[in-house]
Amino acid sequence: MGPLDLAVANLTSAPVLAFAVGVLATVLRADIRLPDPVYQAISMYLLLGIGIKGGVGLREASLEEVALPALATIALGLTIPVVAFALLRVLTRLGPIDRAALAAHYGSTSLVTFTAALLFLEASGEPVEGFAATLLALLEVPGIVVALLLARRYRSDGDRWGEALREVVTGRSIVLLVGGLVIGLGTGDAGYAKVEPFFGAIFSGVLTLFLLEMGVVAGRRLGDVRHAGPGLVVFAVGFPLLTGSVGVLAGHATGLSVGGAAILGVLAASASYIAAPAAVRLALPEANPGVYLGSSLGVTFPFNLVAGIPLLAALSQALG
Amino acid sequence: MRTELQLVTVIAESILEHRLVNEVQAAGATGWTITPARGEGSRGVRAADWEGGNIRLETLCSARVADRLLAVLERDFFAHYAVVAFTQQVSVLRGEKYRA
Repeated sequence: MGPLDLAVANLTSAPVLAFAVGVLATVLRADIRLPDPVYQAISMYLLLGIGIKGGVGLREASLEEVALPALATIALGLTIPVVAFALLRVLTRLGPIDRAALAAHYGSTSLVTFTAALLFLEASGEPVEGFAATLLALLEVPGIVVALLLARRYRSDGDRWGEALREVVTGRSIVLLVGGLVIGLGTGDAGYAKVEPFFGAIFSGVLTLFLLEMGVVAGRRLGDVRHAGPGLVVFAVGFPLLTGSVGVLAGHATGLSVGGAAILGVLAASASYIAAPAAVRLALPEANPGVYLGSSLGVTFPFNLVAGIPLLAALSQALG
Repeated sequence: MRTELQLVTVIAESILEHRLVNEVQAAGATGWTITPARGEGSRGVRAADWEGGNIRLETLCSARVADRLLAVLERDFFAHYAVVAFTQQVSVLRGEKYRA
């Protein structure tokens, strides 16, 4: 598929349209939010499902195959927040604490964006390495740690960073993702075949439901974005394109396939909105949630979903 | 036989649950109840508003413990977090249960 076909296929996919409906519902002030326990259960399902599939893929992969992309992923996780922190100083008037909070979000990554990208690449016939979920797990934590360290120099009062780190490492997203990887590694193809109807066949339907909810949440953040100013919006759109392109290049350089490199690009481009907000709220309470959630959830997530994923896929194809 | 005690109610963003429970224990309360809560206040925005919302924490304790807990809330929580706290005088059966 050419870039234009990719874009059309993406825009007319059920998950992306569900997201748009969610945003629209917020604008109309219609209440279509999922009940909290259902939302929690669906997010557990997505994390565990992605983990299990990644574990099965990891079992089939050789160490040489995984090692270099894994190292590249960690290197991205360590450098992205530093670049974000510096770049925000030029683009915005935000103070160091708000900049560090944003750096934590962009340094970490987003499960839902990753999942949407996997389904998108599958639909466009571009195979992705089975171990891609391992890279997702690797990218989740380092960015947050680096960003909290950056903020540490600017904070005088009570240091909560140990507690925040615990929150990230023992938080639901890491435990379920890594737990899923372990399950997948242990059970392999034969075991996965038995749970496939639940974690495979209906997966994109469940993601569609989840994205409806994400649309509502992102829609509520649109107001925050307006307050944040043009510099932040430029950052929230431009920075993912920069990090995403670097991710695609790193993927090709470390031997990933066209689909795999596109996924690494998407991982680098996406901003966290589960692990990072929790850690930042605990460690940097004076940072403004309107800024970091408005940027990551209100701008970057929809941008990646609609444009970032097909653009990075097209870039990866052009290089491949 | 009823004893006069303080009922301290804290409504806060759910991310603070562990930390608040630690403070309640440190202040000397013998137990607490946590329920999920919804609502709106002057803060509006919170990081966790789509991951758990708010909690309502209640504890029965002596006036001394209540004072200690409120002082900690004032010092460490009010500035940056969405937290509401208030106390009521209540009559409790088996009051000795709630005194450490």
